[in-house]
Amino acid sequence: MEMLAPATPKSWYLPTKPHKFCPGCGHGITLKALGEAIDELGIQQETIFGCDIGCSLLAWNFFACDSTQTHHGRTTPVMVGIKRARPELITIGYMGDGGGYSIGSQHLLNSAVRNEKVTLILVNNTNYGMTGGQMAPTTLPGQITETSPYGRDPETTGYPTRGPEFIAELTPEGAYVARATVSKYKQLKRLIRNAIRNQMEGNGFSFVEVLSTCPTNWRTNANQTWNFLEEKMEQYFPVGEIKSPLGKGDK
Amino acid sequence: MEKIIGEPKKAFMTGNETVAWACLAAGADIMFGYPITPQNEVMHYWTRLAPKYNRNFLQTEDELSAGFTTCGAVQAGKKAFTATAGPGNVLMQEPFGMAEAMRLPVLSIIQQRGGPSSGTVVYSQQEVTLTTYGGNGEGHRIVYSTATHQEVYDYVIKGFNTAWKYRFPTFVLGDGYQAKMREPLEMYDPQDKGIEIIQPYPLIGIPGKIGEDREPQHLCNIYSLEEELYEVVMRVSAEYESISPEIVEFQARNCEDADIIIISHGVVSRAADDAVKILRAQGIKAGYFRPITLRPFPQQQLREVITQSGAKYLLIAESAYGQLERLIKQEIYGETVEIETLFMPGVGIIDFDIIKKVKSII
Ligand SMILES: Cc1ncc(C[n+]2csc(CCOP(=O)(O)OP(=O)(O)O)c2C)c(N)n1
Ligand code: SF4
Ligand SMILES: [Mg+2]
Repeated sequence: MEMLAPATPKSWYLPTKPHKFCPGCGHGITLKALGEAIDELGIQQETIFGCDIGCSLLAWNFFACDSTQTHHGRTTPVMVGIKRARPELITIGYMGDGGGYSIGSQHLLNSAVRNEKVTLILVNNTNYGMTGGQMAPTTLPGQITETSPYGRDPETTGYPTRGPEFIAELTPEGAYVARATVSKYKQLKRLIRNAIRNQMEGNGFSFVEVLSTCPTNWRTNANQTWNFLEEKMEQYFPVGEIKSPLGKGDK
Repeated sequence: MEKIIGEPKKAFMTGNETVAWACLAAGADIMFGYPITPQNEVMHYWTRLAPKYNRNFLQTEDELSAGFTTCGAVQAGKKAFTATAGPGNVLMQEPFGMAEAMRLPVLSIIQQRGGPSSGTVVYSQQEVTLTTYGGNGEGHRIVYSTATHQEVYDYVIKGFNTAWKYRFPTFVLGDGYQAKMREPLEMYDPQDKGIEIIQPYPLIGIPGKIGEDREPQHLCNIYSLEEELYEVVMRVSAEYESISPEIVEFQARNCEDADIIIISHGVVSRAADDAVKILRAQGIKAGYFRPITLRPFPQQQLREVITQSGAKYLLIAESAYGQLERLIKQEIYGETVEIETLFMPGVGIIDFDIIKKVKSII
């Protein structure tokens, strides 16, 4: 019997498929949602996709969109530079939780304060995936990683960063801030699409954190992976829109 | 000092694990770090070992922070260290500059990866310029370039001592191969080898009541007048130059009658050593010279070797495009020996590469 190939977003760059993420990785799901959102908004030609160093860099040639790979944590300022130079372009920055909340946090904070008209998608997989699973700002209390081998101790390393919540506090009206999860695909796509629309309408800074999976470094099987995402992460990090200037109609 | 190893013992481990054990044995109090390949396992081993020996660790938000927290801990009188590579080494140049300006005995382990930018995560010798002269100043720092795991162990221990004795930031320059390979070595407690460990001391938060027993400490690295800075830089330069002869280390073999002297550093010197043995067996008069300290550079020693041998050629072999060559040229300015080069940026060099090059010259 012939297998039905899953529909591929038009904006994906086919010569680089299948992609290189580990089996069960949430990056692929997130990028599928982003691809479909780009298709639905009809913006493939004017989109500039920028990725960080981290597993997000595996997406450097993922889309049939002009793309640039930056440095670890520096995708935000590169996107801001592009947008400031060419406001007609739609800039979509793609980064990990280490890149966005740790080494690049100053850029995230200040571009949010300046209400830069860029869209940023940040993949929260509770660790530094690409470097082999070290503690990230989002690592849950008690979670074991390579640099918290006895479990994350909030006493000495603090509590997990709730990024969208702090960005919502920093941004003026007009900004769009949300948290999605790869376990709820329809919502994921809708929130990403909103974050792009918000840039297209020129409203302000647009940010979506995506709760994602990293079975390779979590050392989990399919069931455990999904449980960790739905039971642990979604408990700690509430999913949904936190701030949106877009009409209720789209909710 | 607490004994970590006990009787000296043979081990077979990666260079990164070697660094963690050497730091323990040297009495390091705290590591600050940020993940980057090929250095990660220094942190992985340290985070597993440190709590068992009452030592500390902090993963910072980036390398700027890792470098500056290390500066702070050293000012507070603790033996602190960090480890990094590539773009992390770039970011750390700002805190390293503070360490140079304020004479902070910071020890840093650099595991070179390919560059520029994110490059590769594997191996190179492309961080020589950055590690020796990366600060916005004169490069008043001490850089040991290791070649074996035994040296990684030995020079990490020595590096802490050098840093605290002379109070210049000190570097152990390794690379991805040394970081990730497994190799045999002997681990020991320094006191069992007659190595006296230099104790750290605070620069601030020191004993005595301010206003009664002592003046307050006012550490500073910025000056209002050009002349003030000039005085400081000249004083530090003079001191650096005066202690350099005590610090400089090198190896020279088969140079006395050599027609061609192969100069290399780090792991490449192992290939050069093998190449010289093979060439000698074939009747080719090849010599071997290796700076162990890249800063300060064994300038006098290299000049002597060139003069005494009367060699016609130097062959500089490195996994970079001329970073060692630039160092050497500035150090031996005026010598008339011909300089040939084997540049293989970001890839390994084996004895065969060097032999082939030598035969194309002679
Ligand atoms: C200045 C600098 N420091 C460190 C690194 C090493 N590095 C590469 S990827 C990465 C972590 C990526 O983690 P995250 O941003 O969470 O992305 P993920 O891989 O988890 O998707 C780090 C620390 C680097 N490339 N540059
Ligand atoms: S290491 Fe983790 S985040 Fe990176 S591709 Fe694999 S599963 Fe995905
Ligand atoms: Mg991550």
